[in-house]
Amino acid sequence: MDAIILQILNGLDKGSAYALIALGLTLIFGTLGVVNFAHGALFMIGAFCAVTLQRIFNISYETIDESRTDFLGNPMTVKTPYIEHWFGPEMGGAIIDWSVPLAILFSIPIMISIGFIMERGLIKHFYKRPHADQILVTFGLAIVLQEIIKYFYGANPIPTGAPEVFRGSFDFGVMLGFDPNAIIYPYWRLVYFAFAAVIIGGVFAFLQFTTFGMVVRAGMADRETVQLLGINIDKRFTIMFGIAAAVAGLAGVMYAPINSPNYHMGMDFLVLSFVVVVVGGMGSLPGAVLAGFLLGVLESFASMNEIKSILPGIDQIIIYLVAIIILLTRPRGLMGRKGVMED
Amino acid sequence: MSKSNLTRRGLIKTSAIAGAGVALPTIFTASSAAAFTNEPTGGSVTLGFNVPQTGPYADEGADELRAYELAVEHLNGGGDGGMMNTFSSKALQGNGIMGKKVEYVTGDTQTKSDAARASAKSMIEKDGAIMITGGSSSGVAVAVQGLCQEAGVIFMAGLTHSNDTTGKDKKANGFRHFFNAYMSGAALAPVLQSLYGSDRKAYHLTADYTWGWTQEESIVASTESLGWETVNTVKTPLAATDFSSYIAPVLNSGADVLVLNHYGGNMVNSLTNAVQFGLRDKQVNGKNFEIVVPLYSRLMARGAGENVKGIHGSTNWHWSLTDDASKAFVKSFGEKYGFPPSQAAHTCYCQTLLYADAVTRAGSFNPCAVAEALEGFEFDGLGNGKTLYRAEDHQCFKDVLVVRGKENPTSEFDLLEVVEVTPAAQVTYPPDHPMFAGGELGACNPGA
Repeated sequence: MDAIILQILNGLDKGSAYALIALGLTLIFGTLGVVNFAHGALFMIGAFCAVTLQRIFNISYETIDESRTDFLGNPMTVKTPYIEHWFGPEMGGAIIDWSVPLAILFSIPIMISIGFIMERGLIKHFYKRPHADQILVTFGLAIVLQEIIKYFYGANPIPTGAPEVFRGSFDFGVMLGFDPNAIIYPYWRLVYFAFAAVIIGGVFAFLQFTTFGMVVRAGMADRETVQLLGINIDKRFTIMFGIAAAVAGLAGVMYAPINSPNYHMGMDFLVLSFVVVVVGGMGSLPGAVLAGFLLGVLESFASMNEIKSILPGIDQIIIYLVAIIILLTRPRGLMGRKGVMED
Repeated sequence: MSKSNLTRRGLIKTSAIAGAGVALPTIFTASSAAAFTNEPTGGSVTLGFNVPQTGPYADEGADELRAYELAVEHLNGGGDGGMMNTFSSKALQGNGIMGKKVEYVTGDTQTKSDAARASAKSMIEKDGAIMITGGSSSGVAVAVQGLCQEAGVIFMAGLTHSNDTTGKDKKANGFRHFFNAYMSGAALAPVLQSLYGSDRKAYHLTADYTWGWTQEESIVASTESLGWETVNTVKTPLAATDFSSYIAPVLNSGADVLVLNHYGGNMVNSLTNAVQFGLRDKQVNGKNFEIVVPLYSRLMARGAGENVKGIHGSTNWHWSLTDDASKAFVKSFGEKYGFPPSQAAHTCYCQTLLYADAVTRAGSFNPCAVAEALEGFEFDGLGNGKTLYRAEDHQCFKDVLVVRGKENPTSEFDLLEVVEVTPAAQVTYPPDHPMFAGGELGACNPGA
C-alpha cells in the first residue's frame, strides 16, 4: 500500500509538468489551430529564466586574497555578489537563495514577450498551411532555441537550488500511520504540485469567469461568428499564445530545482506532452490536465520493480501503450470533442 | 510537346560508363604504392580528433578538443611543452612527429555511434587522418574502434570506462589510456570498507547500456567480496531525466547504500533526486544511509552542485594532484584557457603524446609498427605515476584515484578531493578475467 501511495505522489509531480505543458499546447491548438512543437522549448526557456536570475543575483565584484592561492598558485580572486554588498550578507544571501521563486516574476514578462514574438513573427504565417508545415517550422524553431541556449549556457546541467527552507524531504508515511521511511517525499515536489494546481485553476478561472475568457472560448467554438460580431478575435488569440507561453515558462521555472536545467530538457518533455494532448482529446483543456496527471502516475507505476520484473522495459513504453489503448477505444481521446482535427 | 530520346539500352550504357568513372579513383588508390592507410608523404601529418561537439557531452568534448590543441602545440614545439618535459620517454623533440608538422581535423561524434563512425570515416577517407582519437562514451568508442580496425588506422580512445572497450570488444588497432569499470570497483572497495564497514546492503541504479552493465557487474563483484549484500539492481533508461520513481523505493528496500551507475546528465539528475528525497539524512539498519558514484567527473560534479558533497567515487586523474607532470599540465592548460583541465582533457592529451612518442620510437607511421611500440610500453611522467600499456589487451594499468565531493570548496573548480591513490597493482587483473572475456584482439591491420 505504501508503495502505491509513493508512486501516486511521484506521478503527481511528473504529471503536473505534463499537465502544464499540455495545457499550453491545447490552448494554442484550440485557439489558433497550430500544432506547436516549440512548446517544450518554452518550458526549457522558463527553466533558464531561473538560471539567468540566479546568475544575475550572483554578479560579483572581485577582490584579491593574498593569503590564498588559485589552481595556478597565483593569489586567489575572491568573488562577492553585489547583492550581498548592497543588502548585507544575510539579506543578500536570502535573495539569492530565493532566486527560483523570484524568477516567477522575472519570467512572466519574458515568456509573454517570447510568445508574442513567436506568434507574430513566425507562426502567424503558417495558420493557413497544413499541420505538417506547422510541425516542421515549430520543430525547427525548437531546435534553434535550444541551440541558442546551449551556446550561451553550455551543454551541462546547471544546478539551480530551491530555497533552503524547501530542501530535503518529509516522512509522509508516518503521517498516514506507516513505518518510518516508507513514504518519503521532497518538500519542493509538493510545492511544485501545489503551484501547478494554482496555475491550472487560474487558467480555467480566467477562461471561465472573465469577459476576455468568454470571448476566447466563443472564438474557439466558432471563430467566424465571433468575428462577424465585430470582435478582433485574432488579437485575443495572440494574447492567448502569450499566456500559453507563460504557463509553459512558469512550469519550467519551478521545475529547475527538481532537475538541473539543461538545453535539452524541453525535448524530453515535448513528445510525452503531445501524447498527453492526444490522449486527453485534441482541443480539450480539462482532457489535457486529466491525461497529464493520469499518464504521470502510470509512468511512475511502470517503473516499480515489481512491475518491471514481470514486464521488463514497460517503464519506457507505458505512456505509448496506454495512448494506443485509449485511442483504439476512444478515438477522440478521453475528453475530445467531435469535429476537432477530423476535417 | 517534348520528345525524350532516352532508351533502356542507352540508359544501361550510360550507367556503366558513369559507374566506371566513379570507380576509377578507388582503383588507383587500391593499386597505389602506399604501405598503409594514409601514409604521410609531405611535410605534415594529420590527426583526427573525434569528440562530441554537440549533444549532451558537448562540454566534455570541448575540453577534450582544448587538450588536443594543446598537445599539437607542444608536439610542434610551441608553448611551454607541458608534460613533454616530464614524460619518461624522451623521443619527442618538439619538431612535430618524426619531423613532420602535426596538423589536425575535428569531427563531431554527437555521442551517437552512427554519427561518430561517419565523422571518423570522413576524417580517414577525405582528410587523410592517420590516427583517430577522442570520444566521451563507451558505445561510441567501441563503434569507432571497430571502424579504425577495418580502415587500418590507430584508434587512441578518449573517455571510455566500459570493460568491453578493452574486453570483449578489444581490437588490435585500438588503445585505451583511461581506466575502466573493473578498476573503479577494485579501487573503491577497500575505501568503502574502511568508511562504511563490511555489513552493508547495496541498491544499484544502472544506466541501461554497455558501460552501465559492466560498471554494475564490477562494483557488485568488488563490494560483495567485502561481504556487502546486493539488495537490488535496477536498470534505468538512458533517456530518463527524472529518477524519482526509481529512487523512492530505495529507502523501503532495506538497503543502506545507493550505488549510482550513472554518468553525465543521468548522474546529475539521479544524484540530485536522491538528495532531494533526503536519502543522505536517513538512518537505515542503524547506519547512516550512503550514496556512491563510482565514476566521477568534475564537469558532471559541477552540474550536481552541492549534492556531491561527501560522496565518494573514482576518477582517472584530477587537477589537484601535486606530482610534477600534473602540475606541468595544469599550468600549461590553465594559462592557455583560464581554468584547470578535466580528466577527459588529461587522457586525450596523454593519448596524443603516447601516439606521437610510439611513432617516433618505431620510426614509422605504419599502424602495426606503432601498435608494436605501444604494446608493453612502460612509462611515467604523465600524471598517473608508473603506467603500463599491456600488450594483451591494449589497456593502460596505473594508479586509480578515489575521490570525494569536497565539503568546503574554495572555487568553482575545487569540487573533488583525492582521498586515496590506489596502486596499479591493486587494480590489475589477468587478461583472461571473466569480466573481459569473449573477444579477440586479432591482428593489426595496416590498411591500404
